Amino acid sequence: MALSEPTRELERSARAEELVEALLEGDRRALARTLTHVENGTETGQAALSLLFPRAGNAHLVGVTGSPGTGKSTLVNHLTLHYRQRREGYRPKRVAVVAVDPSSPFSGGAVLGDRVRMRDLSGDPDVFIRSMANRGALGGLARSTAAVVQVLDAAGYELIFIETVGAGQSEVDVARLAHTTLVVEAPGLGDDIQAIKAGILEIADVLVINKADRPGVENTERALHSMLELARPSMNLFRDPHCAEPEGTPAISMLEGEPARGWKPPILRTVAIFKTGVEAVAAAIDEHRAYLRETGEWKRRERARIRAEVDALLQAMLVSRWRETVAPERLERVLARLMDREISPNQAVELLLSDDMRGIGR
Amino acid sequence: MSERRIRVLIAKPGLDGHDRGAKVVARALRDAGMEVIYTGLRQTPEMIAEAALQEDVDVVGLSILSGAHMLLVPRVIELLRANGLGDVGVFIGGIIPEEDIPALMAAGVQLVYGPGTPTDAIVDGIRRFVQSKTATA
Repeated sequence: MALSEPTRELERSARAEELVEALLEGDRRALARTLTHVENGTETGQAALSLLFPRAGNAHLVGVTGSPGTGKSTLVNHLTLHYRQRREGYRPKRVAVVAVDPSSPFSGGAVLGDRVRMRDLSGDPDVFIRSMANRGALGGLARSTAAVVQVLDAAGYELIFIETVGAGQSEVDVARLAHTTLVVEAPGLGDDIQAIKAGILEIADVLVINKADRPGVENTERALHSMLELARPSMNLFRDPHCAEPEGTPAISMLEGEPARGWKPPILRTVAIFKTGVEAVAAAIDEHRAYLRETGEWKRRERARIRAEVDALLQAMLVSRWRETVAPERLERVLARLMDREISPNQAVELLLSDDMRGIGR
Repeated sequence: MSERRIRVLIAKPGLDGHDRGAKVVARALRDAGMEVIYTGLRQTPEMIAEAALQEDVDVVGLSILSGAHMLLVPRVIELLRANGLGDVGVFIGGIIPEEDIPALMAAGVQLVYGPGTPTDAIVDGIRRFVQSKTATA
């Protein structure tokens, strides 16, 4: 039976409220359902996000990125075990893992296999693992990863690992989302020229050379050291490489303002399958967190992230609102002129926007 | 903006180490546009139910070649229900004797696929199950 729009609206927000209430009480089923709504961008998901926003912002977000097969999942598995372990003078943290794997560009389907390496984490009610397909997004994460992380944050997970797809050189979105970014390398993947190229190595707060029992580890370490010595680039001010902005829009720097000085990414060797070196990585993560807190960098990153998020939403919403005002036939006509090469894409956009501004948008 | 995909958990409960069938099915479902969470070998029923909960899947596919299906499958279903996942479809693949199928279906299994099943039939079965579920929801 068809419901009227307002009734439907009411029902959706009631559903969101119900889910949010349950998940805040620790209902993991409600949490999982909410994550699905958020991942799929449903209206219930959006309502839930708004309800949860005031409660988020407490978790330490740790990004884990690196080439396929370097051992990201195995490392996350052992790091999580480390943070869950009861030790003298340490209260185990509640840990969530968001693991992203690629979607097929042809079918849109995906095989999400990160849980295979995380079987040790099963049975712990204070660990929550969620796999996500990137659904065609290019930056190493899915479009909704930030929102999924926000829900887990609000649900009280204190430490959230965000594992990217196996990343090559330019999948750097995770650095904008995470407070602390681990870049996982392995011996034998490239020479010192790779190390001075722009991209993924620049975003590392902690550099991990996993599989350090393999030959070539000294070379990898040397290359990374010289990379760090050559420059600690003003990486914090680069533009998002994945959203080419039209001329004239102000650059959205990844992080605003002058970056705080004084953090030199440590280079750590691990053999994650044998747990070797994992404690040192955890120590570096904790140190980086303290550093962010002490220098005010934490707030600065938070602010930059929220601003980028608002900006992205604004763009999406402006476009969809504009679309509502323009008649499809009008769009078709302009497209037809484009196809005849009568006008250029730039002129077409000018035309569409200016007509609309004058309210002619028939 | 809204995009929904069928989510399937593929798991191998029990102790047999032959996961080729599970991988072939995972791949086929991927190629049919589904999101497949693959958990690998030697999963306990508890691990499977927990993964199904966290991943909020529509369907759980179990591959069993060890002969322990009459023990493992009802246990998985019981745990799914205990987790509030009674609406998750359970599909079985592997070596399942004919005479066991009625009991498995009675325990709550949607479909049992034996050796030689075309992968299209599995894709089709899952799609139909999810459609009927969302239609009644």
